[in-house]
Amino acid sequence: MRRRRFSASSAVVTAITVAIAVVWVFPVYWALNTSLSVDTQTVKIPPVWVPSPPILDSFKYVIANTAIIRWYFNSVVTSLAIDVLVLFLTMMCAYALSQIAFRGRRALFVFFLAGFMIPGATNVVPLFMFLNRLNMVDTYLGVILPQLVYPIAVVVYKQFFDQMPQELGDAARMDGASDFRILFTIFLPLNLGITWALAIVLFLFAWNNFFWPFIIIASTPMMTIPVGITQVQSWYGIAYPRIMASAVLAALPTAILYLIFQRRVTQGVAITAGIK
Amino acid sequence: MTQVPEQTKADRRPSRAGRRFSWRTVVVLIAPFTVVYLAFLVYPTVRVLMLSFTNSDIAGRGSFVGIANYAHLLKDALFWASLWHTVYFILLCVVPNTAVGLIFALMIVRLGRLRSPVMAMLFLPYILPVSVVTQIWLWVLDTNYGIFNYLTGTKLNWFQDPHWAMPAVAFVTIWWTVGFNILLFVAGLQSIPQEYYEAAALDGASGGLQAFRYITWPLVWPVTSLVLVLQLIAQWQIFNQVYLLTNGGPYNSTIVTIQYMYIQAFQLHHGGYATTISMALFVLILVSSLAQIRLLRFRGNP
Repeated sequence: MRRRRFSASSAVVTAITVAIAVVWVFPVYWALNTSLSVDTQTVKIPPVWVPSPPILDSFKYVIANTAIIRWYFNSVVTSLAIDVLVLFLTMMCAYALSQIAFRGRRALFVFFLAGFMIPGATNVVPLFMFLNRLNMVDTYLGVILPQLVYPIAVVVYKQFFDQMPQELGDAARMDGASDFRILFTIFLPLNLGITWALAIVLFLFAWNNFFWPFIIIASTPMMTIPVGITQVQSWYGIAYPRIMASAVLAALPTAILYLIFQRRVTQGVAITAGIK
Repeated sequence: MTQVPEQTKADRRPSRAGRRFSWRTVVVLIAPFTVVYLAFLVYPTVRVLMLSFTNSDIAGRGSFVGIANYAHLLKDALFWASLWHTVYFILLCVVPNTAVGLIFALMIVRLGRLRSPVMAMLFLPYILPVSVVTQIWLWVLDTNYGIFNYLTGTKLNWFQDPHWAMPAVAFVTIWWTVGFNILLFVAGLQSIPQEYYEAAALDGASGGLQAFRYITWPLVWPVTSLVLVLQLIAQWQIFNQVYLLTNGGPYNSTIVTIQYMYIQAFQLHHGGYATTISMALFVLILVSSLAQIRLLRFRGNP
């Protein structure tokens, strides 16, 4: 065990650190506070620090008067589809790259790695034209398909599959198991931890993605939630409690996901950034 | 040859490099991702280059015009302005975001039981959608009723002030994303063996500053350079926060390059010219990040 020195200076550093963290999350608290207040409270000086009493009127208003339920549905459908499809595509691809010695697999892997050099935002114009030709503007498929390109997930899975003991696949193969069976009944269960971490961050990234849905979605009912809530302001002018209520609703699923799976989220974020 | 002779374990060579397989299996496993990769990453990348030599509209209809778009780009004052604003944003964001991340990480690793909740609080903004972040800050920094102006006694309209709009956008970006940098730095700091510090203390290294200078800084450098490169690539592509906070205002003073590409493509329907802007930015990102990687490696391994 490492000895921890209890000194006045370390107590001061601790106090400063905690103070910074509190200041850092304060805007989130303030959004929550405003969303639970009435309009007249939010323009009071001095400000009302705690809503008294907290009211849900703004939430009710946003749910009743905007398409937010529909945006929720759109976000759930597209994010889950992206999540599940990316996991399957990258897992299968990584299994072949890691476990089957076909010719050209190194070249293929390098080809996927080269994708990291392409900045996503500069591709949106031809991407839009392409999906337009496929009649996918303003559709779920239009939102989903370009978000399936996650070469980093291939790299992560390949790293994990490379570390699997060799006897594992060999033994199953002797028993006549196909590569698909080996992948889904042996490799996948043994790599559930990393799969969960990837699943959670991929969902988070898909849910939070703003730019692509913003480009490809044209009509209000098809918007995902991060795009939709930017409409709330024009929907009924500046009314901060309502805007904050829509922001709170938009952030709720990912915030809950984070609070429950904090360790998995940080693991997934770190691993997709290239740090193990 | 499509099939390699099967090896026995006795060969002691990696058998996964030599067992039998069917190409059908390989194709079925690899094709789905490869098709998606080719269609939605490789193909658009090639198309950007091709379209930049055409006068296409946003539907992709147009004809070859040679280097006319590039000639026009060089004389386009708004393009250069957008490029300068992007560079200004990078200057305000990349190094400060990295420095703040490192400082917060250094503070966090000193904590005991409080480490996990403090980390959670600093990381929380990172998991919010960008539009939630911008709506929160539009309210907190509201001119008349914003809590920030109330607490500080200022009366600024932060996001529409010619001097403060871009710094305010950069600040919001740091608030939003620093948790990511902290995460990487904490991981890097934790991997430094404690013995190094103990040995340094025995050798008479005085205090934390020397330990930082001779142990922490060089050993955490790989993380620092990774964060700097990731930041640079991400911030070149700044659009969302600017679009949602200032919408390029006041008077186009914060319009950034991707936003100018967006305006040309989706508001003016100049598909060809928009891809020319994309190409310029693409080349800048590639060249600057490769240069940065070389430079940082050089500095990291003297």
